[in-house]
Amino acid sequence: MKVTLKSNLAWVGVMLFGFIIIDALEFAGLINTFIENMLVTIGINVILAVGLNLIIGFAGQFSLGHAGFMAIGAYATGIMTQTMSTPLGFYISMVVGMVIAVIAAVIVGVPTLRLRGDYLAIATMGAAEIIRIVINNLKITNGAAGLFNIPALASWVTVYVLMCLTTIVTVNFIHSRGGRAVMAVREDELAAGAMGINTTRWKLAAFVFGAATAAIGGSLHAAYIQTIAPGDFNIMASIAILIIVVLGGVGSITGTFVAAVVLGALDTILQNFGTVRMIIYSLALILIMIFKPAGLLGTWEFSFRRWLTKGAVTHD
Amino acid sequence: MTSRLLDAQELVKSFGGLTAVANVSVHFDRNELVGLIGPNGAGKTTLFNLLTGETPLTSGSISLYTDQGVQTLNGKKPAQIAQAGISRTFQNIRLFKDLSVLDNVKIAMTNHYQEGFLTSVFRLPKFYQTEAAMAQAAHELLKIFDLTAVADQPARNLPYGTQRRLEIVRALATKPSLLFLDEPAAGMNPEETADLTQLIRQIQRDFHITVVLIEHDMSLVMNVVERLYVLEHGGLLASGTPDEIQRDPAVIKAYLGGA
Repeated sequence: MKVTLKSNLAWVGVMLFGFIIIDALEFAGLINTFIENMLVTIGINVILAVGLNLIIGFAGQFSLGHAGFMAIGAYATGIMTQTMSTPLGFYISMVVGMVIAVIAAVIVGVPTLRLRGDYLAIATMGAAEIIRIVINNLKITNGAAGLFNIPALASWVTVYVLMCLTTIVTVNFIHSRGGRAVMAVREDELAAGAMGINTTRWKLAAFVFGAATAAIGGSLHAAYIQTIAPGDFNIMASIAILIIVVLGGVGSITGTFVAAVVLGALDTILQNFGTVRMIIYSLALILIMIFKPAGLLGTWEFSFRRWLTKGAVTHD
Repeated sequence: MTSRLLDAQELVKSFGGLTAVANVSVHFDRNELVGLIGPNGAGKTTLFNLLTGETPLTSGSISLYTDQGVQTLNGKKPAQIAQAGISRTFQNIRLFKDLSVLDNVKIAMTNHYQEGFLTSVFRLPKFYQTEAAMAQAAHELLKIFDLTAVADQPARNLPYGTQRRLEIVRALATKPSLLFLDEPAAGMNPEETADLTQLIRQIQRDFHITVVLIEHDMSLVMNVVERLYVLEHGGLLASGTPDEIQRDPAVIKAYLGGA
């Protein structure tokens, strides 16, 4: 138990340290709008990719529809904060977005999670397209033009805190009964069933969990960028999140963080290169995949617990 | 007087035109060690799959006698049947290979240690209590089967015989009243088989459960079981004690060819 406490305190320390560093840099005027934009994008991408990694890396279900659930969160915030432009209104809209995303995930998940591999990917991709096209054709969402002048209710602090919260909740889920059940399904669905694990239920749990965090990411996106359009949530957006997961390592949350930071920074640096940007970006991706096919970190996970118990055999 | 544990009546399974299991009725009593033998393709594994819900029945009925009364298992999913108290191992080992030995066992305990979603996600004190209790139970189980030293290893790193042993431990962790072992000695050398024989006896005695095993190794089967079912061509050929079976002319004919 002592190790657990130490390791938890160490993580709290890391989160505070990160916060103080950014805050100090901000205070010293070293972070301009451009860099802050990059940091916020990285934070939102982490939230999205951690949720997707839970679905793909831990539950072993290949979903290509993450942007659809993100869109639900973004539009919930975009629409609701027009009339409730207070921080409270923003959080209420976030919760509403999550609830709708969860309902949508259940409706999509129940029939599609029976499918495997490629079929599931295509089905989830289709579901996300349906969400996008519905948004594209509704009056309340302002159709293809999208919503603009959304009240700026999310700062980098909001994004940072929510990034930490969703990651803590996701990692805690992974290291609990639910996470083990979900990984058992990934490893061997038949054996998991024979050990009394309701495979459909746990697959759905991971899928719904991921959808809810995607909605949080969407809400933050809408409130920070202040402009959203259906085109922001197309298949390419889903793939962009998938790239972070695959590049960092499928099944490594640490890897997701690293990849989100590396890609975010790379993207920002390459802005100066104009049209060559996409070529360099793609080349970087190809090179990483050639030399690190399992992603930057594979399934390796950073752990204070392992550090603290190094050399000593403990069974907590 | 022994008490009935499971009753399977007139089980039929056909795959298209092929009848893999034809009208087989078997029953298992509490705390009994039963063998299931037969030539390749006789329908032994299919019968296991029917009894554990892996394959849906074409017709027939399966009833399980539990403390809460008689339960019909027809049409139930494998997970529900596992929760009712039937566990199994697989002919080709199906461990959770990338997960640690300890996690393999913990996963099988999922239904006995309930942790709510919020409890585990927000790490409430109840979570630590449940996890500690679960880890202790898992370690105790691993200790009995000499697996403590490898508890933190991924299952894929274990030698073949140990993987088979872990699969049995995992099945026991679901706290079954009935355990099906599908060819537990497959691929083992005589020494390992002798250890396994010992182990199966020990399990049945110490855990007070019924063990049913499919096996081709006759020395193991005849040594260990109290009762035998012989399958051939999907049908029940004979049943009885090992002595009776060894003298049964129909069985001798099926195994050695008739004159």
